[in-house]
Amino acid sequence: MSTLQKHTDREYEAELEKLKEQVLFMGARTEELLTQAMRAFAERDADGARLTMRIDRQVDQLELDIDQLCLKILARRQPVASDLRFITTTMKLVTDLERIGDLGVNVCERVIELSAEPPLPATQSVTRIAEAALGMLHDALDAFVAGNTELAEEVIERDGQVDAYYAQLFPELLQLMMKDAGSVFRATRLQSIAKYLERIADHATNVAEMVVFMVRGKDVRHAFALSRTDD
Amino acid sequence: MTQSVSLLGATTSARDSTRSSARTSAPPTTDQPKMRAEALKAYFGATEVLKGVTLPVASHTVTAIIGPSGCGKSTFIRCLNRMHEVVAGARVAGKVLLDHQDIYAPDVDPVRVRRRVGMVFQKPNPFPTMTIRENVLSGLVLNGLRPKDPGELVERALRQVALWDEVKDVLNRSGTSLSGGQQQRLCIARSLALEPEVLLMDEPCSALDPIATARVEELIHELRERYTIVIVTHNMQQAARVADFTAFFYLGELVEHDRTDVIFTRPSEKKTEDYITGRFG
Repeated sequence: MSTLQKHTDREYEAELEKLKEQVLFMGARTEELLTQAMRAFAERDADGARLTMRIDRQVDQLELDIDQLCLKILARRQPVASDLRFITTTMKLVTDLERIGDLGVNVCERVIELSAEPPLPATQSVTRIAEAALGMLHDALDAFVAGNTELAEEVIERDGQVDAYYAQLFPELLQLMMKDAGSVFRATRLQSIAKYLERIADHATNVAEMVVFMVRGKDVRHAFALSRTDD
Repeated sequence: MTQSVSLLGATTSARDSTRSSARTSAPPTTDQPKMRAEALKAYFGATEVLKGVTLPVASHTVTAIIGPSGCGKSTFIRCLNRMHEVVAGARVAGKVLLDHQDIYAPDVDPVRVRRRVGMVFQKPNPFPTMTIRENVLSGLVLNGLRPKDPGELVERALRQVALWDEVKDVLNRSGTSLSGGQQQRLCIARSLALEPEVLLMDEPCSALDPIATARVEELIHELRERYTIVIVTHNMQQAARVADFTAFFYLGELVEHDRTDVIFTRPSEKKTEDYITGRFG
């Protein structure tokens, strides 16, 4: 991608550049939402969680703006080849980012509920999932910016690690609930947060798969799904 | 299917017009080329304008030739029916096979080649002194042929280009009385009246408005069932719309040839990518 010359039509070049910037901004806002949500989780900060939820409105608005710009470029420029792959990838990618934003809001809602309760020891295990999932999102967006398929493929591979962390958390929470019935409310909230984070990692995987398609024109989604099943 | 006919003496082949119109969803292939250029070079005087092009043209498909001005795309299709050599100082080296026979073999009659490989030009060019009917028959007349039933032939050719209903009551009017789009379809009918096997089209829509263009493109889709079509176009969206295969030419060389969907979504060559995305020069 980066080796391509600029378009002869400067206005078209500027439209594509603007689109890329908006996607990056949306990605940055989504990352910010998740980082703040996990900070609120760690610090048991209900007010911080409430404030963080407001970022999602901006993420939603960016999704609308980006979709509109994509439609405009499709209608006016009839993009082909790498430009077409960039536009179609972007249209799908923003849906994933918007969902990630929604899941971040869900995390904040659970944080607000948990902040009034005493802490549970399983918090560290949830933080571990968050770090892995947020790292995947960050690298998937970096891969998008740089057109770096090696990094994108690495992100796709890392989804298995997040799934494993999530699977390990469940028996841990189960044990807590069996030992102390009073922990059920908190443990189920933690379980939900972990599930949201595991879903965020799935969306980050989608983004990484789209990056591979955008750069190479090769759809890797089914191949990786099959290899995961084979394992 | 078209019968394979010698270029040397036999009359034009009878065509089975009942060829199945069913097209499978499988991607087209060039396994059975109707034509094939092999190391084709073309010159104007000492200037080499085609530098050894090898390109198969699959039977009953549309192949689009794209590329910037001066890349040799028009010269290429003019070599496919020996029109290039009619220009003073122009010559050709290499081979062009039509049903495995080299049309440049010494004993081949170029007039016979041009009957099997017809051509439609950029500007609609009906003969101005002829009526619509005479225009359709002109190719046969100029070849010294007398159709058994001229009326039936005129109707068939005009129906094939979806012009019959528009002109059936004014067949004796001048061809130039028609609109630009109708004139171009008349010219296509004139080519089809000779029952060619391959139809070469050199920017056939560049002088037409979008509606007339859409009609010609629809016609190309229909004609593909019975003819092999090679179209030169500057309009890449047109190539994307009508062609099964697309070939990108640059500076007299074939840069890339592949299925049209591949060329316009993931071309292999950077030059192709730069050209079709508008990053050239």
